[in-house]
Amino acid sequence: MSKSLLIRGGRVVDPASGMDAVADVLLRDGKVAAVGKITDKADETFNAKGMVVAPGFIDLHVHLREPGQSYKESIATGTQAAAAGGFTSVCAMPNTAPVNDSAETTRWMQSPERGAVVNVFPIAAATIGSQGEKLTDFKALRAAGAIAVSDDGKPVLDDRIMEDALRSAARVGIPVIQHAEDTRLTGGASMNAGPVSFRLGLRGMPVEAEAGVVGRDIELARATKAHIHVAHISTADALERVKRARAAGVHVSCEVTPHHFMLIDENIGQYDTRFKMNPPLRSAADRDAMIAGLLDGSIDCIATDHAPHARHEKEVEFDKAAFGITGLETALGIALTELHHKRKLPLKRIVELLSTNPAKIVNLEGRGTLAVGSYADVTIFDPAKKWKFDAEKSKSKARNTPFDGWPFTGRVTATIVGGEIVYRG
Amino acid sequence: MPARPAPGSLLGIEPLDIQDINGMLDAAYRMQKRRPRPLFKEKRVALLFYESSTRTRVSFEYAAKILGATTTLVSATASSIEKGESLIDTGYTLTALGAQAIIIRHPSSGAPHLLSRYVDVPVINAGDGLHEHPSQALLDAYTILRHKKSLKGLRVALIGDIFHSRVARSDVHLLSKAGALVTLCGPDALVPEVATTLAKGVAVTRDLKEAITGADVVIALRIQKERLAGLQLSLDDYISRYQLTAERVRWAKKDAIVMHPGPIIRGLELTADVADAERTVIVEQVKNGVAVRMAILARALGVKH
Repeated sequence: MSKSLLIRGGRVVDPASGMDAVADVLLRDGKVAAVGKITDKADETFNAKGMVVAPGFIDLHVHLREPGQSYKESIATGTQAAAAGGFTSVCAMPNTAPVNDSAETTRWMQSPERGAVVNVFPIAAATIGSQGEKLTDFKALRAAGAIAVSDDGKPVLDDRIMEDALRSAARVGIPVIQHAEDTRLTGGASMNAGPVSFRLGLRGMPVEAEAGVVGRDIELARATKAHIHVAHISTADALERVKRARAAGVHVSCEVTPHHFMLIDENIGQYDTRFKMNPPLRSAADRDAMIAGLLDGSIDCIATDHAPHARHEKEVEFDKAAFGITGLETALGIALTELHHKRKLPLKRIVELLSTNPAKIVNLEGRGTLAVGSYADVTIFDPAKKWKFDAEKSKSKARNTPFDGWPFTGRVTATIVGGEIVYRG
Repeated sequence: MPARPAPGSLLGIEPLDIQDINGMLDAAYRMQKRRPRPLFKEKRVALLFYESSTRTRVSFEYAAKILGATTTLVSATASSIEKGESLIDTGYTLTALGAQAIIIRHPSSGAPHLLSRYVDVPVINAGDGLHEHPSQALLDAYTILRHKKSLKGLRVALIGDIFHSRVARSDVHLLSKAGALVTLCGPDALVPEVATTLAKGVAVTRDLKEAITGADVVIALRIQKERLAGLQLSLDDYISRYQLTAERVRWAKKDAIVMHPGPIIRGLELTADVADAERTVIVEQVKNGVAVRMAILARALGVKH
């Protein structure tokens, strides 16, 4: 096991320290030891010529399915997929079985016995069992390692409970992450409401179901001075509300998934369940608003909402199929292809979206940067490498992706966690 | 991506071209005129019904049997479906047993499409969720053509619950492809504005008089009481604004016909007088269903006739 690793000659892009230049990076004892022209010898050298060397990517939204649903994914396989996608840290949602609403489960998920190859930061449930009734013990969860609370998938609709959650979270210094969906408007729905759902005869989720909850949460965050983070934003209307609130000084942040800035509801075609997720793929206008939000900086970060499912849960009637797609291994390819190559978003911004900003949102001290002294979590990628995603070769247990066989430009070369290379492309 | 549907499948009207539609309508006409021959001898047809049905099931069954096929009915409540067998596995079972075509009715929109990607025999959609009911649209067109020279330029009013109606979606696609002008009429909750995006030449109005005036064909759709309740729409209000009465039907052209896919609820979407009137062709629709379904099965089984 190497104690030191020298990454030589790459283009170091570290927005947090304002760096974008060819340099060497020396990792030693799990920390960044030096950045610049380095003449020291190291136990191991990695030639990064022509590559981008970035602070390790952080995914604020993954479902690792453990405890309880390891037929879909395990913490070991999910984090292997993360490493293959360039993610050095993942934040795991609590909708497991049982729901992660306790310090015990939070610790269990982080135990070395789980075999994680990247850092796992649990997001604990905001209410017991995610039932939306009684708050969990935020302080104890925080102490056990939870970096945020959320009832992802089961949005907190009760105003009073949500207000209490925000107040408690603010006291502990963590954000509340909300899956914004007014489920009173989405009963029985399996896709976006609009011309496509009408044509396919599927019940639709209206845009208002997201925007309404985002609007409500913003008002509560304003009143409580807490931090609300909007998970997987998908509609122009909700994003508009986030922008206005931020301008007015409310502590609000938001993430978007690669599929919501890449795909639209029409991609469902003839009931292809690989395009079924929640929030659903929206209209072209909403998709374009997501791209605009990434380009103008109003969207803070990219998160995958990696949601692995077994084949038998997807190969069924569209309205019965499970919501969700995998995303860890395709996120960088999509971001570089769609945003950097096609729309000229600078690499610095790509790194902000995948590393710098998510680290800030959940207060991961010493991550999301390559500043000397920070954790030796590094993602090395080749922004020009052309490749095709092959779902059969995925490190995830699941194959539920709409991107099988899709061509991308830009691929992970190596993923380094705590100074150790955990993935080589 | 899973495989394509087998040739001869009929999943909906939307993907068909007008030649294909006319081909089935012409074939149905020839088959109705001629004495039945055992065209489907030694063919096995499975009827896979996850929902109740009278007209569609019986007419598909008769269409198959009159032409010599063996049919088997598999219904959700009296089969292994009740034990949890999936749609795909049920399809594998039926084809392993020798089914050469599967006729499926299912409460989930797109269920026939799913099945068609996993079995190598033609799949015929006998109604899927809110999506399509292509054999009904074909028999509706067939029936109209027994009374009108052409569908082109015809003014057709569809009245009632468009949102929940697979018949409406299939009718709209077929009529639009044939060049008819379609007006959808009903309250907002049952006829959303988005319905105009379904196909070319489709208009929406809330005013029954506007919809019916000048119409060549008036099609009433079934109102499901339980759905009105969910939408907080009063039955009384619906009846007073949208029920087809003898007086209102007179707004249409003198030679207009009145249709309904059935089952009809007398006193709700139409009065008994309208149901039994001479210009009302509901029973004729049912009768034509057999010939149209013979044509659909001949296309599916690849039988020349």
